[in-house]
Amino acid sequence: MPRSMTYRDALREALREELIRDERIFLLGEDIEDPFGGTYKVTQGLTEEFGHDRVRNTPISEIAITGVALGAAMTGMRPVAELMYVDFAGCAMDQIMNQIAKMRYMSGGQVEAPLVIRTQQGTGRSSAAQHAQSLEAMFAHIPGLKVAMPVTPYDAKGMLKAAIRDPDPVIFLEHKLLYNTTGEVPEEDYVVPLGVADVKRVGTDVTIVATSRMVLHALDAAEILAKDGISVEVVDPRSIVPLDQETIFDSLRKTHRLMVVHEAVERNGWGAELCALVMDHCFDELDAPVKRIASKNTPVPFAPVLENFVVPSVEEIVAGVKDLLV
Amino acid sequence: MECKIKIEKGKHLELLTLMNRIRLFEQIAEELFLHGEVPGFLHSSIGQEASAVGVCAAIGIDDYMATTHRGHGHVVAKGGDVNRMMAELYGKVTGYCRGKGGSMHISCRELGILGANGIVAGGIPITTGAALSAKMRGTDQVAVSFFGDGASDEGAFHESLNIASIYKLPVLFVCENNHYAESNPQAKHQNIKDVAVRAKAYNIDSVIADGTDIMDVYQKTLTAVEQLRKGNGPILMENKCYRWSGHYVGDPAVYRPKDEPLEWKTNRDPIKLYAGFLMENKIADSKELEAITEQETKRIWDAVEFARNSDDPDLTVAMEDVYA
Repeated sequence: MPRSMTYRDALREALREELIRDERIFLLGEDIEDPFGGTYKVTQGLTEEFGHDRVRNTPISEIAITGVALGAAMTGMRPVAELMYVDFAGCAMDQIMNQIAKMRYMSGGQVEAPLVIRTQQGTGRSSAAQHAQSLEAMFAHIPGLKVAMPVTPYDAKGMLKAAIRDPDPVIFLEHKLLYNTTGEVPEEDYVVPLGVADVKRVGTDVTIVATSRMVLHALDAAEILAKDGISVEVVDPRSIVPLDQETIFDSLRKTHRLMVVHEAVERNGWGAELCALVMDHCFDELDAPVKRIASKNTPVPFAPVLENFVVPSVEEIVAGVKDLLV
Repeated sequence: MECKIKIEKGKHLELLTLMNRIRLFEQIAEELFLHGEVPGFLHSSIGQEASAVGVCAAIGIDDYMATTHRGHGHVVAKGGDVNRMMAELYGKVTGYCRGKGGSMHISCRELGILGANGIVAGGIPITTGAALSAKMRGTDQVAVSFFGDGASDEGAFHESLNIASIYKLPVLFVCENNHYAESNPQAKHQNIKDVAVRAKAYNIDSVIADGTDIMDVYQKTLTAVEQLRKGNGPILMENKCYRWSGHYVGDPAVYRPKDEPLEWKTNRDPIKLYAGFLMENKIADSKELEAITEQETKRIWDAVEFARNSDDPDLTVAMEDVYA
């Protein structure tokens, strides 16, 4: 029976079930132990059940968190590391981009690095320039990293399980504004494979490909546009590496109009990659240029009015879709 | 040089053999590199053989080891096959990493070699993770991380010592203090003489060895590893030694006083010192020692032939091991 639960609880349930399933799995990160239970409380209660060995606080040491996770992964464990904010990956970038991403390749396939780096990103809480970025394109640019971006509790749980069971490193990007959102989650064990997009709303006039929290914005916009008789299809790639191109292209072949929406800044964002892929594979299907809606090219400002201003809004998406149909 | 423990003659000769193997591997690889036969960069570990062999002789094949860009010696000392190493330097498919790693990324899963590393201090947290894994899996494995004095200025070094200390991990941090961080002499890159003092900041034990004296390194490592296996937490070991060549092969090392390398080569040659010790104590005679050098010279030239005769990787190899 599906139950309604929050995104946070769905993530915790995935961690809990995986910790039970496989004793090689352990969690490490800053402040994840009880009673604190993680800055966003995803790991709350898990220390009590699994002990300090398997749910392990680290010092404030992002290099150590990621490097230790890698060393453990190469030698028989399956660590799930937490970086409190994606922005802090900056401190750990050598381990992430030079070590974790490349270990299997550099070793000529001798070793695997089955680890997950869970972190959260995004705006919406006036967290300002160093706690609110969306950095998926930076990770996706580096061969050797898978990048997951679930939006619903169902996807969050199923994709986290897939990430933990994956033989290779996965950057698992949660969104800070999604933790309290709710959705249905089955009771039985299930996995949402990485690289399988989900059509979150079926439509015929325009395809919106959106990631993470922007999927919710796209769905809100689709609802508004429906009142004007415009039928929008919303495709959520769920992971951008690996990317389910076919589901996106199939949708485009039906609607012939494409918008891509993400919360990361527009410049060199993932949307640009999608535009290029569409040019390569589906140019003839396009009845209009692809429209990108993304954050303005600034660091994230602090003041709520400014933060709102730089991040894509539902209204912007509605207006953009109308432009596409002119 | 002093040997306070019982070491069989066979073991002594094995240690000297490995030191010779390293020296000759480096000398011959350097020659081939300068002839343009070996691509990429090379970082020679000549002068540091006693540290590599002395440390690795004190750990087992199941124990983990990670090294640096100057890692050929450590790989040889941990049991690496010089044919596969040389082939990797040549970028051949028979190399340890099928030609995808090169000199700076040699690794060998079966020998517990987690890899050389192109990033200074990059391997230290990884080794620390291997030690955590050993501890969580309940084995008595230890992990050894080699790095230089330059790496001890990196955040990765400090974060690793700190986390290993609080988790009481069985990791031996081995700083080969060769007194230069690339071109920068130690006095200009850190305001200390002994890197070992940095252990105090993390409340862990440290030990300093003469990195040109294999008996000193070996005996001190044995003691340290015994402590690690008892679960007493990490140890920082500092082996004082000297990099005979420049930072990379081809570096004229103009930043060093002219007489400095000569002094070390003449009076502190780890191989000469050990050979002298074996002869003085009548453990081996000069004939036996010459035979070792001869045998190892042949072994390395055979490795060169193996590498030369090996195939380049098929171009499809470039796309293998790519999962994302």
